[in-house]
Amino acid sequence: MVLAYGWSVVALPLAIALLVGLVGRFLGRGIAYVSALAPAWVLFYGIVACFEVLSAAEKGGVLARGAAVWLPAAGDGGMAVGWAVDGLTGLMLVVVGMVALLVMVFSSGYMAGERGLPRYFATLSLFTASMSLLVLADGFLGLFIGWELVGACSYLLIGFWFTKPAAAKAAVKAFLTTRVGDIGLLLALALLWREVGDLSYAAVFGMASALPGAVLTSVSLLLLFGAVGKSAQFPLHIWLPDAMEGPTPVSALIHAATMVAAGVFLIVRIWPLYSLSATAAMVTLAIGGFTAIAAACAAAAQRDIKKVLAYSTISQLGFMFAALGAGAWEAALFHLVTHAMFKALLFLGSGSVIHGCGGVQDVYEMGGLFKRMPITGATWAVGALALAGVPPLAGFFSKDEILHGVWGVQPLWAAVLFGASLLTAFYVARTTRLAFFGTYRGAGHPHEGGPEMQLPLLVLAVGAAIFGVTGGVIAALIGGHHGDLDPGIALASAGIAIVGLLSGWFTAASASDPGPSTSTGKLIIIARGGWGGDALVNAMLVGPVTRASALLDVFVEGSLINRIAEGTGPAARRLGRGFTSLQSGDAQWYAIMSGAGAVALLALVAYLGRGF
Amino acid sequence: MFAVELLILVPLVGAALCVGVGRLSARASRLASLGATIASAGVLAFLAAEGIFSGVALEGWRVARDTVPFWDLRIDGLSAPLLALTALTGLVAVLASWGEHNRSSVHHALLLGLQASVTGVFLAADVVLLYVFWEAVLIPMYFLIGIWGHENRRHAAMKFFIYTFAGSAFMLVGILMAVFGIGQTDISMLVSGRTALAQPSLVFWLIAIGMLVKLPAFPVHTWLPDAHVEAPTAGSILLAGVLLKMGGYGLLRLALPISPGSFAHAGIVFAVLGIVGIIYGAALALVQSDLKRLVALSSVSHMGFVLLAISAGTERGIAGAMLVMVSHGLVAPLLFLLVGQLYVRTHTREISRFAGLGVVTPRWGSALTFGALASLGLPGLSGFPGEFLSVIEAFGAWSWPMIPAMIGVVIAAAYNLRAVREVVHGPPAEEWRALRDLDAGDLVPVMLLVAAIVVLGVCPAIVLNMSGDAFATLAELIAGGV
Repeated sequence: MVLAYGWSVVALPLAIALLVGLVGRFLGRGIAYVSALAPAWVLFYGIVACFEVLSAAEKGGVLARGAAVWLPAAGDGGMAVGWAVDGLTGLMLVVVGMVALLVMVFSSGYMAGERGLPRYFATLSLFTASMSLLVLADGFLGLFIGWELVGACSYLLIGFWFTKPAAAKAAVKAFLTTRVGDIGLLLALALLWREVGDLSYAAVFGMASALPGAVLTSVSLLLLFGAVGKSAQFPLHIWLPDAMEGPTPVSALIHAATMVAAGVFLIVRIWPLYSLSATAAMVTLAIGGFTAIAAACAAAAQRDIKKVLAYSTISQLGFMFAALGAGAWEAALFHLVTHAMFKALLFLGSGSVIHGCGGVQDVYEMGGLFKRMPITGATWAVGALALAGVPPLAGFFSKDEILHGVWGVQPLWAAVLFGASLLTAFYVARTTRLAFFGTYRGAGHPHEGGPEMQLPLLVLAVGAAIFGVTGGVIAALIGGHHGDLDPGIALASAGIAIVGLLSGWFTAASASDPGPSTSTGKLIIIARGGWGGDALVNAMLVGPVTRASALLDVFVEGSLINRIAEGTGPAARRLGRGFTSLQSGDAQWYAIMSGAGAVALLALVAYLGRGF
Repeated sequence: MFAVELLILVPLVGAALCVGVGRLSARASRLASLGATIASAGVLAFLAAEGIFSGVALEGWRVARDTVPFWDLRIDGLSAPLLALTALTGLVAVLASWGEHNRSSVHHALLLGLQASVTGVFLAADVVLLYVFWEAVLIPMYFLIGIWGHENRRHAAMKFFIYTFAGSAFMLVGILMAVFGIGQTDISMLVSGRTALAQPSLVFWLIAIGMLVKLPAFPVHTWLPDAHVEAPTAGSILLAGVLLKMGGYGLLRLALPISPGSFAHAGIVFAVLGIVGIIYGAALALVQSDLKRLVALSSVSHMGFVLLAISAGTERGIAGAMLVMVSHGLVAPLLFLLVGQLYVRTHTREISRFAGLGVVTPRWGSALTFGALASLGLPGLSGFPGEFLSVIEAFGAWSWPMIPAMIGVVIAAAYNLRAVREVVHGPPAEEWRALRDLDAGDLVPVMLLVAAIVVLGVCPAIVLNMSGDAFATLAELIAGGV
């Protein structure tokens, strides 16, 4: 049975990464298709796993597993890294495999002619392997390894065009910001190791209800901190907009569909543990709700088409966190899946636009693209409406479930999310009109990409259109609950979507900013900069650390420790000077010094040892 | 078993051969040194087949010959990984100095002499022999820095010498107190007779001070950046690769087993020194303008993890310390090798003078990126398993107060990636447009280290299987308290 080879969804992409990295330059254009074998296998494996789970009598069980001792110890069994396949893993493998496959196909057109393609595809394959490991792991250790490796791949791919200073800077910023979050994750592992003595999910969940409340809360908050970093939630969201410096297909895969959703996946994965802490739930809801609306505002103010999508991703992930905080974990996962479809679609669509317009990303320099790029335009429209939450597209259903879940727990936060939905529809319509309608304002000759770029758009458009029906299936896969559509909420959210779309559409009538002196203009400038998050982090963290380090270097190391070390009395220095002037006396001096030292030491020992 | 002696004799004979054939041609002496390091590795492989790497207890496997006084060699789980590391870095050091033209036969002879004495430290089963080798290490290193070093070499050589010599003076007092107090020189006898010691804590700290200087721990680390910056590439490789490991080894081999009771108060001191060192070294590395000094200060940070891991006093903690040491013994030499290769081509190490080398010298740039990722502890590479064990065991022992160490983890990412960003990334600097990338000869030592870093990262069990029993024995001693 194929499921028994679960490790292969990590091993095969890894092998392909190695192969492509070493001999990729001899493969020519075939490199994309060799690389695509990796996600194709992941996708196939995921589909088989999903079908197995759905046909099994008992849902939620593990279908296949394996483990190997990674850090052996003489005293006990050591620490193992293992894999296990259940419904959640199968579903995530489908998402990862599908988006990665389409992104690789898209890249074969989008990246054609670039230098360093072996590096590009090898890193993408390595990412596929790492992401598979992340979702396949049967415990926290394997998860953490995958978690860090996807971050490293993200770093390498954001910095793919590393001669661009902005790209190099963004890559470092992404890695460092997420690493701050990773510390939470690492400490959570340490705490769990101390309390449970085992890092496999099964063992931790088995002990979860017996753990003291303080431990549960600490672990959950630490894990949340890690998830917040990876999923670009406030206040660790600042890296994602900059990450748009990476090639657009990378943004679609890593910074929209898979890696940034890993934080949501993590909490869903450990739901039996996470759901026990009311404090963590409250904090999660607040972070998610706040991020959803703040990022939606920022998205509404952007001019760069990719930045709109980046803030939109932060905002949509905020919806998922809010759902997790409200206990609606099935809804969060459902939205993760539909979001992967429509956001990957929008990113690839924006890639097609950028490609067609000769590298332009400013929507003010676009316009009228629908006529010139009909496939891109039509698929973008599907993605945009799905994101806005227009029925019967996918986003409508998953967002409805989230709103329903939050409404039942905290109507206030539900109201905030309704506001965020309104803004979502607003920026979607604004961006769409600016880019695709009206007259073309740029200087290029927009054109459609080749079939390898159109095909992924079409496939994802189908997904974005129909994945709304998968809610029941997804809930069944993870053994969760899937509620019916709440007519009141559905009506309200559809109405809000329409209002938002209309207002966004009319705002976009002119492709220009209000003057920077007006209050709207000022607000837009602040929102476009992400509400000053960068300045805050620079002032609070980066600046102080760098300054403190420089002070340490000059004063503590230079003036204090080194001065004591080198100047313990002028005698040492004179000795040193005398020594350096003795050009040929090195060995002699050594002998004298050794002899004298030994005698002195023997005397000391005789003195100390006189007692016995 | 005589083969153990060969681990010391082969490099020594090689050194003599180097000087001898050096009169014929520099090439011959290079080949002689390469032959000697390969032969030592071969001896180790032979011993591995005999089972030394299968994991043996701390006091097992006597392979002594009693014809020479104090001459008693032994391999166990504590020394086996470090012996393997010494063989590998010795080979890398010889390959790295392939282009050395200044008195190359003496240079290579000193490298081999250094390898022989470090190997002796790790093999010695008698404390007198260990001390002799310990001091013998200083001589070749002193001359390597003093003769083949850079502008400020004499000062650095002097500082290195005085510092470590002063450190080992304390150690000598401690050793002599133990020897006279217990009436034995065999290390295992010292350990089993340790209850006869009148002042075990004094002995512990005298020995430990010598080790902490060698490691080096904050605040007795300042010899290290100077020594590294001034040392020739091969010197830095051996210094970082194996000399620093003598400090950690000595703590685990002598200080802790002879006076495990002292751990009750030493543990917290180690933890504090470790955490301060982690943050301090990382913070300093962050603001360096000299690439080599950056790597040197990162060593201080990494060695902080060794102390932090030991401070937990558990089997896993000690395992973590060993893994950090072995990993650092691979990663730091890789980075020093790369910095050295850059220096040979450009005669500068100023970070600000470089940019965009990823375009000009893509192989070198990829290797530096790899080294940076390994140094920041990326899973899958060798740095992670040790750091991970260090963190979780320290948390188990010290709980929340150890959190500041995590600041070091973040800064480690910052200084490593900053180096990559400024040197490898960005638009290529005009000045270095014509820079030569690594050729096949340059790549051999680089790939040796890269391969070892990946293998150890994926399969840390290689080390743990050798040493697990030794670590368990040590942890039992510590838990026993006396």
